[in-house]
Amino acid sequence: MSLFTDPRWGEALAHLPDYLGNHVRVSLAALALGLAVSLPLAILTRNRPAPRGILLAFASIVQTVPGLALLALFYPLLLLAASVTLAWFGLSFSAFGFLPAMLALALYSMLPVLRNGITGLNGIDPALIEAAKGVGMTARQSLLMVELPLALPVMMAGIRTAAVWVIGTATLSTPIGQTSLGNYIFAGLQTQNWVFVLFGCLASALLALAVDQLLGQIEGGLRQRSRARAGLGAVGIAALVAATLVPTMGRSSSGYVVGAKTFAEQYVLSALMRDRLQVAGLSATARSGLGSSVIFEALKAGDIDLYVDYSGTLWANQLHRTDIRPRAELVAELKTALAKDDITLLGELGFENAYALVMPRRRAEALGIRTIADLSAHASTLSIAGDYEFFSRPEWAALQKAYGLQFRAQRQMQPDFMYAAVASGEVDVIAGYTSDGLIAKYDLVALDDPRHAIPPYDAILLLAPKRAGDERLKTALRPLLGKIDIATMREANLRASGNDANSSPDAVAKWLWEKVGGR
Amino acid sequence: MSSAISYQEVTKSFGSLRAVDDVSLDIAEGEFVAIVGGSGSGKTTLLRLANRLIEADGGTITIEGEGVRDVDPVALRRRIGYVFQSGGLFPHLSVADNIGITPKLLGEPAAAIATRVDELLELVQLDRAAHRDRLPQALSGGQRQRVGVARALAAKPRIVLMDEPFGALDPLTRDALGDDYRTLHRKLGLTTVMITHDMTEAILLADRIAVMRSGKLLAQGTPAELSKSSDAYVLELLRTPRRQVERLSTLLPQSGAA
Repeated sequence: MSLFTDPRWGEALAHLPDYLGNHVRVSLAALALGLAVSLPLAILTRNRPAPRGILLAFASIVQTVPGLALLALFYPLLLLAASVTLAWFGLSFSAFGFLPAMLALALYSMLPVLRNGITGLNGIDPALIEAAKGVGMTARQSLLMVELPLALPVMMAGIRTAAVWVIGTATLSTPIGQTSLGNYIFAGLQTQNWVFVLFGCLASALLALAVDQLLGQIEGGLRQRSRARAGLGAVGIAALVAATLVPTMGRSSSGYVVGAKTFAEQYVLSALMRDRLQVAGLSATARSGLGSSVIFEALKAGDIDLYVDYSGTLWANQLHRTDIRPRAELVAELKTALAKDDITLLGELGFENAYALVMPRRRAEALGIRTIADLSAHASTLSIAGDYEFFSRPEWAALQKAYGLQFRAQRQMQPDFMYAAVASGEVDVIAGYTSDGLIAKYDLVALDDPRHAIPPYDAILLLAPKRAGDERLKTALRPLLGKIDIATMREANLRASGNDANSSPDAVAKWLWEKVGGR
Repeated sequence: MSSAISYQEVTKSFGSLRAVDDVSLDIAEGEFVAIVGGSGSGKTTLLRLANRLIEADGGTITIEGEGVRDVDPVALRRRIGYVFQSGGLFPHLSVADNIGITPKLLGEPAAAIATRVDELLELVQLDRAAHRDRLPQALSGGQRQRVGVARALAAKPRIVLMDEPFGALDPLTRDALGDDYRTLHRKLGLTTVMITHDMTEAILLADRIAVMRSGKLLAQGTPAELSKSSDAYVLELLRTPRRQVERLSTLLPQSGAA
């Protein structure tokens, strides 16, 4: 199949009105807010070097914070603010999606607007400011009638830079729940759907280019004092905004929102749950690519209605527990604890996505290794690889302690590459994920953990507090509980890691349903 | 005759520099006074003290009998015409908008301003159709300065201050503009104070000349009175136009009346 006839282009195109409209909406709001804050600040500080220096330093520091981190920071910040306003004024607002994305992007837009605003205002010939005073203008009239109009072309150049930055950075607002063209990129990277990645990159680049060109027309028009040219640019911008926003207007987003974290299994499961709700006559949308620290809070706040998490993750991150319990006991205890926050743990899906020590089946058989206990005798001659966080997680400490593991060498790797590395003998053992489809693909084996050093990671279905009594929702989801065993999930994940049209989360979700309940 | 502008023992310092040092000068209504001096002599500072573009440290300045400190500086500037060095025109406004700016600030109706602009264009001898809607960048230096003069006269001031208005122009344009302004000054009954570093221009245009040096007013009077001065600097300044006249009369044979 050639790149151009790939049906995923069509699938990507179908998402375009939604993703592009939301992308433009959040960028526009951020830019408007950024301008509303930065321009007055530029005007106020133009003749005051000390506050101006502080302001520019602040804006520069903001600029050095990576976009993803800045966006992520705004989520907990707003959660805190929302809890404060709730306690003090009885007002609550959503700390999820649009608001944090807009605020972070607005902050990001400040530097070029401030810098060009101040440069523009300070670059005016002092003789003209003197002349404004001389013909009888007040300070305010001088600012409005002379200084601002003269600084406008330089200010416009700053606005143009800010617009391009904001449009580019807005692609990173997907993990905090704001739909954007980044949805293509995040989903594509996680499911190895390069068509989506390419589509997302192209769409955001084209949008940025178009906006840059149109704002460039306005800037050029202002420089040449050509109203026609500036007007043309303004009309172009207005048309572009209207064309991207109108298709999404009036489209109600009411209904159930299914959350998903940023990896393939989550994309597949959220698509599966969305389909189940739709079949049951409930309107539902999937909100994918959410950061794993964001998603639980989003559920708690009711910004999403349901998602799948893993028992061991919540055990450690939400309950801050380090002790290890058997699977069923841990889930039961978790259920009681979550109920205190009115979160419903509806049940387990049936499989676990736990860390496991994985090696090639033939190699394990040759060495007579079936469990981690068997492995410990050979460890000193073997090397191990794990993802970026594994070796600093409590599971690794627990494993080393329980089995006295001492490897010859340990390396950190991108998860996608670990399996190929162990299959090719680049490393001997990896800390993989039990539900990963690549275990089957490369004919690897996950070693047993007889001493239960690694906590269980049962996939569990969680419902938001406001859905606690929603029987229609529960009825629609119950057919999934206990139905997805580890082999099935592995196969589903393997399908999703493919690189063709059948590997889209939607297609895999349909396959999965046929497999577990649809017959 | 009452004073249009009166400086009494006026002082202004910038840091340790005494830009205007104890200057007293009376300018009568209807008079055309030139303030002559080199750069740094304090002549521009002295001019700007009159409409409070610069505030005096000491002494009193009155405009038409009123102390300048007793009136709102913005209102004061609107009733005094000011012609800036090389025009000072706003580059983003058309000729008409530049000329009409002070009446606009005074809240005059647009139709009245438009009529006034046309009158003024005629007064400063600019073609209405050709220049009205142009931007300053499309004008020659002389045309720009004519617009500058028209702008200064727009709110019908009785007093006009001019800061080296014709300094940057070529000699022919400069001559023509000076003459034309002198005519306007008389026709409109204006009081004019003009700064120049060129004694010849001062002699040709002004009724009276005030000579500044290092912030001090060295001498004041008609050209004839100045020539009797005992001050070496004043005499030095007067020597230049004299030499020019002598040179020119020997180099250029008297031409008969055509």
